Amino acid sequence: MFMQSENIPLFPEQASTFAWQVDYLFFYITAICLFFGLGVVLVVLAFAYKYKEQKKFASPRNIHGSLVLEFTWTAIPFVLAMSIFVLGTIVFHNLYSMPQDATEIFVVGKQWMWKFQHGTGQREINELHVPVGRKIKLTMTTEDVIHDVYIPAFRTKADVVPGRFTYLWFEATKPGKYRLFCAEYCGLNHSGMGGWVYVMEQKDFDSWLSGTDADKTPVQAGEDLFNNKLGCASCHAGGDTQRGAKLEGIFGKEVKLVGGNTAQRDEQYLRNSILNPGGQVVEGYQPIMPTFKGQVTEEQLVSLVAYIRSLSPDAASAPSTGSGNGTGTETESEDKAGDDQGDK
Amino acid sequence: MDNVETNNGGQQEQELNYLNNGHSVRSWLLTRDHKRIALLYVLSVSFFFLVGGIYAGLLRVELLTPQSDLFEAATYNRIFTAHGVIMIFLFLIPAIPATLGNFFVPLLIGAKDLAFPRINLLSWYLYMGGAGLAVWALMQGGVDTGWTFYAPYSTTFSNSYVVMTGLGAFVVGFSSILTGLNFIVTIHTMRAPGMTWFRLPLMIWSHYATSLIMILGTPVVAITIVLLALERIARVGIFDPSIGGDPILFQHLFWFYSHPAVYVMILPAMGVMSELVANFSRKRVFGYEFVAFSSIAIAVIGFLVWGHHLFVSGQSFYAGMVFSILTMIVAVPSAVKVFNWTATLYQGSLSFDTPMIYAYGFLGLFLVGGLTGLFLGTAGMDIHLSDTYFIVSHFHFVMVGGTVMGYLGGIHYWWSKMTGRHYSEFWGKISAMLVFIGFNLTFFPQFILGYLGMPRRYASYPEEFQVLNIFSTLGASVLGVGYGLPVIYLTYSFFFGKKADDNPWKLPGLEWRTSSPPPTENFKETPIVTWEAYDFSEDNGIEIERTPETEVQPSS
Repeated sequence: MFMQSENIPLFPEQASTFAWQVDYLFFYITAICLFFGLGVVLVVLAFAYKYKEQKKFASPRNIHGSLVLEFTWTAIPFVLAMSIFVLGTIVFHNLYSMPQDATEIFVVGKQWMWKFQHGTGQREINELHVPVGRKIKLTMTTEDVIHDVYIPAFRTKADVVPGRFTYLWFEATKPGKYRLFCAEYCGLNHSGMGGWVYVMEQKDFDSWLSGTDADKTPVQAGEDLFNNKLGCASCHAGGDTQRGAKLEGIFGKEVKLVGGNTAQRDEQYLRNSILNPGGQVVEGYQPIMPTFKGQVTEEQLVSLVAYIRSLSPDAASAPSTGSGNGTGTETESEDKAGDDQGDK
Repeated sequence: MDNVETNNGGQQEQELNYLNNGHSVRSWLLTRDHKRIALLYVLSVSFFFLVGGIYAGLLRVELLTPQSDLFEAATYNRIFTAHGVIMIFLFLIPAIPATLGNFFVPLLIGAKDLAFPRINLLSWYLYMGGAGLAVWALMQGGVDTGWTFYAPYSTTFSNSYVVMTGLGAFVVGFSSILTGLNFIVTIHTMRAPGMTWFRLPLMIWSHYATSLIMILGTPVVAITIVLLALERIARVGIFDPSIGGDPILFQHLFWFYSHPAVYVMILPAMGVMSELVANFSRKRVFGYEFVAFSSIAIAVIGFLVWGHHLFVSGQSFYAGMVFSILTMIVAVPSAVKVFNWTATLYQGSLSFDTPMIYAYGFLGLFLVGGLTGLFLGTAGMDIHLSDTYFIVSHFHFVMVGGTVMGYLGGIHYWWSKMTGRHYSEFWGKISAMLVFIGFNLTFFPQFILGYLGMPRRYASYPEEFQVLNIFSTLGASVLGVGYGLPVIYLTYSFFFGKKADDNPWKLPGLEWRTSSPPPTENFKETPIVTWEAYDFSEDNGIEIERTPETEVQPSS
């Protein structure tokens, strides 16, 4: 029943570029806590020893207070708390802002499994293979309830929320096998919804990639849906005579909507436009598109978004950059955000 | 209650007090006396503490091994949900305000009763009604959403008694609102002559702050439960994105109440703590005004920090930043309280009676609980820690280490006033120390587990976490003994304990100037207050034995 004592871990492995940042933050806050915690405990113990009652029901001298002390012990914790806040926010910012040059992997959670799809088409369930030393960005959604991707060795996690995309990125620093958990309670088999992240040297990763049967890439799958299965092309392709909005070269740019608002055309915008087209009609078009809610699965949505994004080859995947020059060429094989990293 | 009758009956010469003034069941169930209602609450919340504790014990036993062997995952999920729902809604939130607050708010300010005695009784019936609904849901098969009821799991996917449990919490919420309303009106309008705001014992300030949260926050969770039920029953799309809702909206609404609710649990315990520290140091609380206003500051700022529960939920970066800085700010008034309590000990005459042992224990556990909150309020740190055992341990340190230590400390402190009898000081100290040791043994390993990455609400877990879980379960059994002992010796004391004086510790508070147990009207004649709170000086009418060298400065 008991494991050997040398196998009791007391501190998690460090396997990403975040790990040391989060750990240093941890040590900094721990130091402050020890300073205050031990300080108060020692003072209380000293007082308890020194001022232990000598006589029952004594009446010691009354001390009302001291403005100087009150100010001091308000100001010092405040300043230290602010220092924690600033350091914590820097780390938070690093975790939160998605790099432009990351390799993208799509993640779909469902009760109770994780589905991953690489840009090259490989699909995995409850296992994720990534190369060491490369920035990886997970674009995530779920088919049912809220889940949460959590990789303790990377010190990062993010909720996966139905009805929207969430993102998480990391750069693994050490080849190995690391636990992947679902950290948001998702029902019956919540504790079984996990697996492993395999961090591999680039060459091992490459051979792993080629060793697996390549499925369609998300872009290819999206193209198939767009042209055939869902028939989007009947309105959204055809050049000058098409009825629906032009999709080439639009990704990442602002657009004017009917009613005067503008919208940033990012993944979320595309997703909303497919599921709830009437909600954001582009100026100059009629609200004639039917909703595709219930007709497309989350995985199909991911593919569709990937395909539509591929029509704007110069736009980066991050929503906030609008720098693409929008030449609408339809080259879907060379446009993935991660391809400039040279994994082909 | 019948036993009370046989015990006190036949002693004709005994003075009439609230306990022997009427012995029928009816005289208890239809009482309007705040003291009797407080005792009804003591019995009911203690019962639910026991039930919630049994659920906790089952969880700890299951977690001895990595596999889920004692219960299936489905049962485990229902057990942790039952543990959370019962402990939070039926024990921690009413624990101190409805029992010690109900009993002592009028006594501490020199009032005959609360402002609305009938509403006070109604709030107990609402509590029992809501508790009944929750228990009924449990008997039917329970609920498996976790006490947080996150949508869309709760509204669309869970196949359990979500609406019935929610309705229970909804009804109990009204009992909380009415109690808060009663306290605020009582404190405003029924203070004895001379009892100015800055002569109020700090217990009153903290209950005032608590009542503000109860009145302003509870309706929000009530509305949220109604919306949840609407979506679950009528499929109105509010939270579930498949019918047009937003699941993050639920989290905002839920935590808008449920974070301040943590302060509903801890503020009254801080009030008890101020009483204990002052009275067992026999000194005025150091920096009275700062301790008083820090309660109000916590109540107000506490309403603005709920988003720190959503750092990983897909909330925007700037929202995370704002909630992080506000969380850091709300830590400051709590720190100020701790420093002032510590300073109160300086040059005091410190006793080591049972209530004060609990106060020292509170200080130790609340320090750990409060300081570990700094980790979780730091957005960059919380990403790693949220939804792990680190947060589980943190909130147990605050809510159990803080609130239950305050509750038990207060029960022991005022026991002789409430019952007119003494408990066993020996067993009191033993159990206080067992609670402190057992608590640390249970929850310290969980901090390590959390940093290692063990997620909460896991029926089964990876093998490398087993040893620390075994330590935690061993600690929990010590803790269980520590919590069980008072039930035994306090019950014994209630019936057979040594009779207590009106003021066994020679303390200056108004509650100690009436008989033990107090008469139904609390005070034979309305007291007139001419002294500051915690005034132990000679001209304050308290018998004090003084060593000649002790310098006495009359305060005013």
